[in-house]
Amino acid sequence: MPDEAAKPAAAPAPGPDVVRALREAGVTALIAFGLFLPLIGFNTVQNIRNELVLETRWVLLFSMVAIIAALRFAQVAFIAPYLAEQRQKRAARPVVEATETPWWTNYAVLGALVLYPLLAILFTVLINGAPGGAAKWIDNFGIQILIYVLLGWGLNVVVGFAGLLDLGYVAFYAIGAYTCALLSLHFGLSSFWLLLPLAGVLAAFWGILLGFPVLRLRGDYLAVVTLAFGEIIRLVLINWVPVTKGYAGVSSLPRPSFFGYPFVDAPGGFADRFGIPFSPLHRLLYLYYILLIAVALSAVIISRLRRLPVGRSWEALREDEIACRSLGINTTNSKLAAFAIGAFFGGIAGALFTARQGFISPESVNFSESALILAIVVLGGMGSMTGVAIAAAVIIGGTEALRELAFLKQIFGQDFDPAQYRMLLFGFAMVVIIVWKPRGLIGTREPTVVLKERKRIDASLVREGHG
Amino acid sequence: MTAPVLRVEHLTMRFGGLVAVHDLSLTAERGHITALIGPNGAGKTTVFNCITGFYKPTEGRIALQFGEPHLWDALETLTESGKRGHVRWDGSLYLLERMPNYMVAKRARVARTFQNIRLFQGMTALENLMVAQHKTLMRASGFSVLGAIGWPSYRRAECDAIEKAHYWLDRTGLTERADDPAGQLSYGQQQRLEIARAMCTDPVLLCLDEPAAGLNPHESAELSEFLRSIRRQHETSMLLIEHDMTVVMEISDHVIVLDHGVKIADGTPNEVRNDQKVIAAYLGVEDEEVGAAEAEVGL
Repeated sequence: MPDEAAKPAAAPAPGPDVVRALREAGVTALIAFGLFLPLIGFNTVQNIRNELVLETRWVLLFSMVAIIAALRFAQVAFIAPYLAEQRQKRAARPVVEATETPWWTNYAVLGALVLYPLLAILFTVLINGAPGGAAKWIDNFGIQILIYVLLGWGLNVVVGFAGLLDLGYVAFYAIGAYTCALLSLHFGLSSFWLLLPLAGVLAAFWGILLGFPVLRLRGDYLAVVTLAFGEIIRLVLINWVPVTKGYAGVSSLPRPSFFGYPFVDAPGGFADRFGIPFSPLHRLLYLYYILLIAVALSAVIISRLRRLPVGRSWEALREDEIACRSLGINTTNSKLAAFAIGAFFGGIAGALFTARQGFISPESVNFSESALILAIVVLGGMGSMTGVAIAAAVIIGGTEALRELAFLKQIFGQDFDPAQYRMLLFGFAMVVIIVWKPRGLIGTREPTVVLKERKRIDASLVREGHG
Repeated sequence: MTAPVLRVEHLTMRFGGLVAVHDLSLTAERGHITALIGPNGAGKTTVFNCITGFYKPTEGRIALQFGEPHLWDALETLTESGKRGHVRWDGSLYLLERMPNYMVAKRARVARTFQNIRLFQGMTALENLMVAQHKTLMRASGFSVLGAIGWPSYRRAECDAIEKAHYWLDRTGLTERADDPAGQLSYGQQQRLEIARAMCTDPVLLCLDEPAAGLNPHESAELSEFLRSIRRQHETSMLLIEHDMTVVMEISDHVIVLDHGVKIADGTPNEVRNDQKVIAAYLGVEDEEVGAAEAEVGL
C-alpha cells in the first residue's frame, strides 16, 4: 500500500534533472561572480613606495565561483531530490509498524557481551603477544559502558516512562557510591556484597524522601528542584569534611571478592587459591561479569515492571495525569515508585562504580554527569531500553575511542589531543540527533500488552513527559 | 427499588467572586440515567468536577451509596464523624467532597469521561482498558512484588483483565483496533473507547460529559442504544451532561436543568420539555417575561 502511494509522485522525475541543475548552477555562478569580483577578484596592496596597487586574483576568484557552482549543481541534481524522496517515504510510511525483531535478538546480544572480554583478550594476545593491553578494553569500554547503561535505564524509568524530568539524577549515584564509602570507612563494613544492596536501598529511600515534597511540582519546576537536590548532595559531600573527607574523597574502598577470595597478589588471594599466575585482568573480568549480570537482571526487572500495572500507570501518567486520577490511580504513589526504582538503580550503579575505581570523590558526581546520563536517555529515545543502551555505548564508547586516535597527532602535530574535542563532537551529535530523529534513536513505543498483533507505536503519538 | 445512588445537597462552588454553582441539590436514582442539561456556562461540568473530586466544593454535601440502601440511614452520623466513608460488608456510603479525586474513583467507584477526550493517546486501545483496571491488577500483582517474579496468580489476573478489556472492546466495536494506538482512532471511536475505559473500572456511577458531542445523528442513536444496554446489563447508574436533546429525551429517566449555576427544573423528560423556565433559559423570552422568570428563579 505505502509503496503504491509513493510511486506516482516519484514517477515524473526518474533521474537527476541535469538541465535544470546546470541552469541553476550557471545562475549561481553569475551571482557569485558578481559578488566575488570586487571582494576576491581585486586586492589592493601597498608597494614599497607606499603606492596603492590594484592586484587581480583571477585564479582564486574562478576557483571559488567554480566551487559554488558545483555545490549548487550537486544540491539541485542530487541532494534536494534525495531529501524530497526521503520525506515522501517518511510520509508514506504507516504510523504503526509491525515489529520484526526475532526472538533470539536478546540472547544473541547477551552472548556477544559474554564473549566480548574473552575476545578482547584473544585479540590483544594475537597482536601484542601479551594479554595486558586488554585491561583497557574490558575496563574503559566494557565496565564503564555497562555502568552507564545501568544509570541510563534507571533514569529512563523516571524520565522515559513516568515523564518526570530529573536533572539531579547523579545524586542517587553519589548516594550509592558514598553509602559504600562511608559505611566501610566509619563502620568497617568491608563486604562489597553487603554494601551493594544497602547502596541501592538507601538511594531508593532518598528517592522517596526527595519525591514527597517535589511531586506536586511539574515540568520545569520539577527539573529545577531535582537539579538543586543534586547540587545539595554534592555540596554536602564537599563540605562535611569530618564525615566525607571533602574534596580528598574516600579511597581503598572494598572491592568484590570471589566467594571470599580477594583479587590480590598474595597468599589467600584468588590466583593463589586456584593455582594460577596473578594477573590484574582477573579482577576486571570478574567485575565485568558482575556488571553484566547486574545489567541483565535490571533489563529483566525493568521490562517486567513496565508490563506490570505500576509500569503501565507510569506511562499513563506521562500521557495524561488527570485521566489517571479519574481511573482511581494514586498518581503520587506511582511517581514515588518511579523515583524510588530509578534511584535504586542509580545507587546500585554508584556502588559498582566504587568497585571499579576503589575511590570516590565529589568530583565524580557533578552536574555534568547528570547531564551526560540525561543525554544518554534523550538520545536513546525516551522510554526505549534498547535505545538507551545503544546511546550509552555510543556516547561513552565514543568518548573513550577518541583517546585511541593518537595517530592523528602525526597529522595535526604533537599538541593535538583528540579527547579535547569530546564536548564539541558531543554537541554536534546532539544537534544531528535532534534534527534527524527528534525523539531519539528508537522513538517508537512497544505496547505492553497485545491482543492479536504486536505493532510499534510511532513517536508522534506518544507524549513526552511534562512533569 | 428506587433508592438514590447519589445525593448532592446544597452544593455551592465559588471561583473567587464567580459563583459557578449555587445551592444545588439533586439526587440520582440507582440504575437510572440522570441527565444534567442547561445552556453553555450553566455550571454542569463544575458539578461533575465536584462530584468526581476534581474540585473541592465551597459548600455542600455529596453522598454516594452502593450496596444495601439502608446504609443511607448512617448519613448524618457519618457527616458528624468527620470520616470519609462508612464501609460495611453489605455496602458502602461515601462523602465525596471529603475525598481526593483518585479516591473517588478507587473507593467510591465513580467513573467519568471528559468533555475533551482524555485517552492515553500513545497507548493502544487495549492498554487504555488495562490501565483502567489498575486497582484490581495492582492488588493481584502483590503491589508489583509478586508480578515482578511472574507469580501464577498474577498471570491469571492479567488474563482475566485482558478478557474483560476484550469484552468491552467487543461491546464498543473496537476489537479490530485493539492494538492500535488510541490517538489513531477516529473521533467517534475515541469517545466509545473512553466510555469503555470508564466501564472497566466497574463503576457504580458513570459520569458522562457530553458523550454525543460531535457525533452525527446515526452515531448518536447508536450511542443511546449503547448507554441503554449498559444500564440494562450492568449495575451502573449514569449521570449525563448532554446538549443533544434527542439523546437526552430518549434515554434519560430523569432530567435536571441548570442555568447560571441554579437548578431551574427537575423531572421526567416530558415534564422538563414543557417547563416554561427551561424554554425561557434555552430560547429566551420576551422582555416583560424576563423579569418575572428571573424573579422566580431567584436572580
